[in-house]
This record gives sequence, C-alpha cells and structure tokens, in this order.
Amino acid sequence: MLKILPLLALLTAVGAAGSAAADPEVTHFTLTNGLEVVVIPDHRAPVVTHMIWYKVGAADETPGKSGLAHFLEHLMFKGTARNPDDRFSLAVAAIGGQENAFTTSDYTGFFQRVPRDHLKEMMAFEADRITGLVLTDAVVRPELNVVLEEQNMRVANNPNSRLAEQMDAALYLNHPYGRPVIGWRPEIEKLNRDDALAFYRRFYTPNNAIVVVAGDVTPEEVKADAEDTYGKVAPRADIAPRRRPREPQQEAPRTVTLADARVEQPSVSRYYLTPSRTTAKPGESQALEVLAHILGSGANSRLYRALVVEQKVALNAGAYYSDTALDYGKFGLYASPQPGKTLHDVEEAVDAVLTDLRENTVTPDELTLAKNRLIADAIYAQDNQATLARWYGAALATGETVEMVQHWPDEIRAVTADAVRDAARQWLDRRSSVTGYLVNSFRAAEKHS
Amino acid sequence: MSAASMFSAWLVRRLAVACLAIALVTAPAMATTIERVVSPGGIVAWLVHEPAVPLIAIDFSFAGGSAQDPAGKAGTASLVAALLDEGVGDFDSKAFHARLERKAIELGFQADRDALRGTLRTLAENREEAFEDLRLALTAPRFDPADVEIIRAQIISNLRRATTSPSEIASIRWWQTAFANHPYGHPVNGTLESVPTVSIDDLKAYAHRVLARDDLKVAVVGDIDAEAVKAMLDRVFGGLPARADLAVVADVLPQGIGRRIVTRLDVPQTVIMFGGLGISRQDPDFMAAYIVNHILGGGSFSSRLYQEVREKRGLAYSVHDSLVWLKHAPLFIGGTATRAERATETLDIVQKEIARLADNGPTADELAKAKSFLNGSFPLNLDTSGKIAALLVQLQVDNLGIDYFTRRSKMIDAVTLADARRVAKRLLGGGLLVTVVGRPDGLLSSSAE
Repeated sequence: MLKILPLLALLTAVGAAGSAAADPEVTHFTLTNGLEVVVIPDHRAPVVTHMIWYKVGAADETPGKSGLAHFLEHLMFKGTARNPDDRFSLAVAAIGGQENAFTTSDYTGFFQRVPRDHLKEMMAFEADRITGLVLTDAVVRPELNVVLEEQNMRVANNPNSRLAEQMDAALYLNHPYGRPVIGWRPEIEKLNRDDALAFYRRFYTPNNAIVVVAGDVTPEEVKADAEDTYGKVAPRADIAPRRRPREPQQEAPRTVTLADARVEQPSVSRYYLTPSRTTAKPGESQALEVLAHILGSGANSRLYRALVVEQKVALNAGAYYSDTALDYGKFGLYASPQPGKTLHDVEEAVDAVLTDLRENTVTPDELTLAKNRLIADAIYAQDNQATLARWYGAALATGETVEMVQHWPDEIRAVTADAVRDAARQWLDRRSSVTGYLVNSFRAAEKHS
Repeated sequence: MSAASMFSAWLVRRLAVACLAIALVTAPAMATTIERVVSPGGIVAWLVHEPAVPLIAIDFSFAGGSAQDPAGKAGTASLVAALLDEGVGDFDSKAFHARLERKAIELGFQADRDALRGTLRTLAENREEAFEDLRLALTAPRFDPADVEIIRAQIISNLRRATTSPSEIASIRWWQTAFANHPYGHPVNGTLESVPTVSIDDLKAYAHRVLARDDLKVAVVGDIDAEAVKAMLDRVFGGLPARADLAVVADVLPQGIGRRIVTRLDVPQTVIMFGGLGISRQDPDFMAAYIVNHILGGGSFSSRLYQEVREKRGLAYSVHDSLVWLKHAPLFIGGTATRAERATETLDIVQKEIARLADNGPTADELAKAKSFLNGSFPLNLDTSGKIAALLVQLQVDNLGIDYFTRRSKMIDAVTLADARRVAKRLLGGGLLVTVVGRPDGLLSSSAE
C-alpha cells in the first residue's frame, strides 16, 4: 500500500485510541491534595516517561479568548520563581532528555522522557510549575508571535486544515468543540499576559491534574517521590464540574465548501456527531470503533474496496472514529475523486456503502478480522511506554477510569454484527453531520456537483 | 487520540528531506545485548532477544533506492515499495491484505535516495505466517496491472498536491539544484512527467536488480532467539539473487552553493530551506560535526538557531538543522518558516548564526552541554523494538561495527574545543544553497557569488 496518508486523514488523530492492553500491573492512587497518579511499569530500558495532564483544554476557554489554553501551554516553559527562565529545560537537556507539551479541547499535557534516575528531579520541577509560573511581557510577546507562526504553519498555509476548522465550527451548533484548539487568529492576536495568568490560576492546581509515570520504576518509589514533590503543593482553586453547553437536537445536515486556488486534488469529507467513550452507553463506542475499522481502515475496508478498487471512482477513501473526549466523539470519513470523477460521484458511492451497512449486518469474517486487529493494537502498544502513558493520561483526563482502559479489549471482543449495524443506523445520521468539500474554485464546485 | 487536533509546543518539524539518517546514540546501559547472527546460508542479522513483550520487529535495507531509478523513470523505487505488499505469489492484493490483517501482521516498504527499506511487525505467536508473507513480498511480488494503476494514480495525486505545497516546492527546488544531472536530483517519489511512464516491466526489473543478498542489512528485535532467526533468514531472504545489479552512482558535491532561489506562491507563511556540503559518516571529523550541528540547530531548545529565531524574536515556530549522510554526498540541511514581512530578517539571522559559528566555533560551555545531551539521550532511542531495529540497520548501513555502542560515548568525549572550532569552520564555512517559497517581502533570487 502507499504509505502516504491522505492529507485529510492526517489532520485528525486516527487510530484505536483508548485501547491499551489489560495490564494488571498498572497502579492508580490519589494524593491528599487531590492529584491523581498512574504508574505503568516497563523494565526493558532504564528510561522513564513522566507526564502531567491538566483537565483543562480549549473547550474550557471563555468565549472570545480562543487559543488561550494552547497559548498558556507555550508560556509554561518561561520559568517560575524558584526555577527562573529556562532552568527546567536546561536540566532536561543536560541529561539528554526529551520534553514536549500538547493541548486539545479537553486537556493540556506536559512530559519529559529521561533516564530513570532523574524521575524525582523532573517531578520536583513539574510540581513547582503547577503554581509557580512567572510571566513578563518580555517573554509573553515573542511567544505570541511563535503561536501565530504555528497557526500559519498548521492552518493558514494549509487548505485542508482550514476546511477542517470550518467543518468543526459547523458540526457543533452549541458546544465549544466548534472552536479551533489553536484559536481563531483575530482572538489569538489579542491574548496577553493577564489572560494567561488568570486562566493559569483558575485551572492549574494539583486537584485538577493527573501524573502518569511509565517506565523502569516501581509503584512504591513513584508514590514516595510523588508525595515528596507533588504532595507538597497545596490546592489553590476549587474545580467546578466540567459542564459545557450541550448540543441541541441536530435537525439539518450541513455542507461546507472551501475553495482555494492551490487545491490540486479535490476531496470530500464528513463528520458525524457521536458519543465518546465517556458518554456512550455500554458497548456503543466499541461498536463504533469496529464499524469505523470495517468501513474505512485499510485496503480491504468497505470504502476502499468499493470506491477505489471496484468502482474506480476514488483515488483514496477511509474512515475513523475519535472516541477519547469528555462530551462527544466524532466519526469521520473521506474520499478523493479519480481524475474525471466529481465530488458528487464520490459522495454518492460513499452513501451507497453507508446504506448497505445500515441495512445489512457485516459478515462474520469482517467482524473477526476487525476485532483481531483492534485487540492486537493493544498488544503492540505494550512495546511503547510513551504510547501507554498517553492512552491512560488521555482517558483519565476525559472522564474515563483505569478500568475502562483495561477492559477495552474485552469489550471489543464482545461487539456483535447487530451492534455494528445498529451503530451505523443510529449514529451515521445525516441530520447530525457536516460534509466538507475541498475545491479549487467555487465555480468548479458548482460544475462538478 | 481525541476529538480535537493536538498541538505541540516543541514539535520540531523537518522539511521534506528524503533521506534523514537516524540520530546517533551513545553507549547505553543496555538492558539486553546485540548478537551477530549468521544463517547457514550466510545471511547476517543483528539480534536483540527481548522476550518481555510478545512481539517481533524486523527491519531491513537493500542498497538501491531512488538513485537506482532508470533514466527518465524517476519514482520507480517508490512505486516498487508501495506495491511489494499488494499481490504476492498466489494471493492477489485482496487476499494478501486479508492474510496480513487476519493475524495483525504489519508489513511496509519505503524507498529513500540510497536504499529500499522494509519493516515487519508481528505478534510472536504469528511469526511463521509473518515470515512467509515477507518471503513472498520480496521474492514473488505480482505487480498486477489493476494494483499498479491504483497506486500510480495515488502517487500522481500526491505529486499534484505537492506542486502547490510551499515546503514540497522548497525541497524539490533544493534537491534539483544541488544535484542537477545526478540521480539524487530527482524527487524520490518521481515527477508528474516520469511516473506515468514507468511500466510494469520497469517495476519487475527494478525489484530483480535491487532485491538481492549482497548489500542486505537485517535487524531483529523481540521475542525470538538466535536459532529461530537463522532459520528465518534463510527462509525469507535465501531465495533472493546473490548479487544486486546496481548502476554506478558517482560521488558528488552539492551544486548551487551561494545561490538563493525564490519561488512565488500565494501563501501567508514563507518557507525557507537551506543546506550545504556536510561531512561523511566515515570521516574522522564526523562526531565533531555532529556536535557542532547540535549546537547550531539540532533538536534541542538550546540550539543557537532556536534561541535567536524563535525564543528571542518569535519569528518562527520551527527552525532546525540536521546532518544528512547520503552514500555519495554528505550534507547538512535545515529549514524554517515565517511571515512574509519578516522573511528577509529571518534568513539573515540564520545566515549570520551559521557564519558566526563557522568563524568563532562554539564556546566551551556549549560543547560541554552538547556532549552531555548527546551522551544522555542514548537510552531514549532504545525503548521500543521498532526504534532499536531501525538503529541496528542504520549502524550496519553506516558500517560502524557491532561494538559501536561501547565506543560512541568515548568518541563524543574525545572531541576537543579545538576540534569543534576547526570542524565548525569546515562544516559551516562553505556557503549555503537557499530555497524560499511564498511571497517574501524584498527577497529575490540571486546567483552564486
């Protein structure tokens, strides 16, 4: 197979997220200040992955301040009273460590990967950073420009990303998942030091954080070190339940067209509003996961076989389900027409495949293959401590439990063909969807659709 | 991973550099040892036997790559790589994909300028079937016309997209200019002119010429012992021709040094790529060059380019520089991206920093910190089977010897400040070829001085 993913697929986090193997060794405890800790032993190399996850993301921003959660993530590297400037980063570099950070709608995370003996040192730095951040305009202003260049690179320069932003904004009629995580550019441009500090004081507190440690450690030493470091940080804010505006009954399918003269390959994509792993009824998100796999993962998936191989109407086609979120999941699909075929041709072919999945059950063989593959992903994940750490962290930061992560393979095993068909019927509903067209010009869009 | 896109503050994005060799690593506290295994048929593999996770990772490399594309048929190697895991032996592509998926076997191939590389990932319990699948892919690829046309159309679509992508244009112009009239000059994936002309006979001929035993490097990591590896080697690779039939590729110096090539494209962010002659992997000065590159723009926030371009001035989200040691041309290549009105200033700073390091060398403090980073970072590169396997193949390709792990930190520590200064001049004093894409204010193409 061609190993270049279609651009549309790259924009979304594809994969069997949340699917860690049942690992009896995972330990989970809470310190007296409310900070949760997860320990995942992996003794193959003398390395440790240390992460802190704050249960705050772009969907928790005040309207008008979009991009603030992500901007604060950048500013968290600017130093504290105890460890000014880049002392933390210098300490990581001095031992050959790696560090990074990330923001989504639901959480903000920071991590270091270091030789095992330096875990406690990292914990002390990170504990200090929960409440000790110091910001001056001298460091805030250049960093705002960095973020604006990040927006240029990821979004403004990229028609696919611009379409994806517009599609999210159209998918969510009321919920803040419609805001881009990086923010709307005019609002990013106005963010400042006071905004960042107010957001920091409101959400960065040990009782709103989860620490995940994966690597060559024992739960006992992690617990002792965590109590010595994180345990000393007093909670500084009460955290209200995360109740965001809900979606109303969605009644009208939406379409969005983005035209850019640079578009050389038109494409169509669609998002459906679905439950997430956290909000789904038992078995529902697992059925959606299996459905996404059968519909659109790999060269033998329904979409690829029908559109690319048999009907030769598309160059590429696929589907995915994003299940890890506090409030809603998202089911996505995409296809690009062959030269000479229109977006309309492709969309019709996609809809025919979907109709079949709503009306008929998948074959026993398809079901077995999909489940085997998804369960194997959980075993492959054991090879990568950073992947496991991310799965547990993302799950806990979006309202799941350690047990939910561990039971995932068994729940996938239990999915029936009827459940897959029912998931297609219930959730692949055009009324709660947005379809996006990426085209070269609006005139071309009219001519071809 | 989540409903929303993920943003990363520190992610270092590289321009599309087709052959990026793996980061070097230092002597580790290896949990396991590397064993050189020779099969009865004389095929060599480096093995790390690690039974803790029930997986096997195999990486391998055949000398060849896009430098062996026939004249006028650029992209042949990439097409072959994309088609080796389509139909094989008695299995058409549908049957073969089903076989792989049923056992969750991951098989992939990729071409770069110098090599055709592959990876196999399997659960240990499925190893016999996985080995058979790999054997068939290497010795009995079908290149069925229907599969060839699907993959060809996907590659052409990607090439068309690349014609309006600023980073792709910058990269294509750079390589085309640096290696005019040399096989390194054409894009690895070919061109819109060449890919349509590659015939099935060309693909078969390429596979027959390149997939051979004499310049094959293999690494195996995971739950498998030496005896089983020996049997695997003869079974999988034993049926290949003893000798490859490769065209002679000349050693070459990059051309166009001193030139700046500006391509106008209507995008908000201007992309800049720069590079010049590097230092060979076999050169006694290589390790000093590796350290100098780290200080200039390699991977850590403390690099001079990162500090000057991003941290102090907020000009870019990403700025970086790497050594790229192609078999016939050592290079260093870097890149950044900034807003149109700051493009001149940004390029100016990059060039000044390169000149300053060339003229004065690093400080003693920078040298000490770089050594500390490069020594400490070793185990982080060895915490997954896939990372270890990729590294073991690269060490064989680079002909560094199985004891390299024990020598590396001594080689780093042996670099003196005088060495670093001398090599900084040698590496960075030779001038740059620069490609710029966007609508940069005040920047025009210029010819060599």
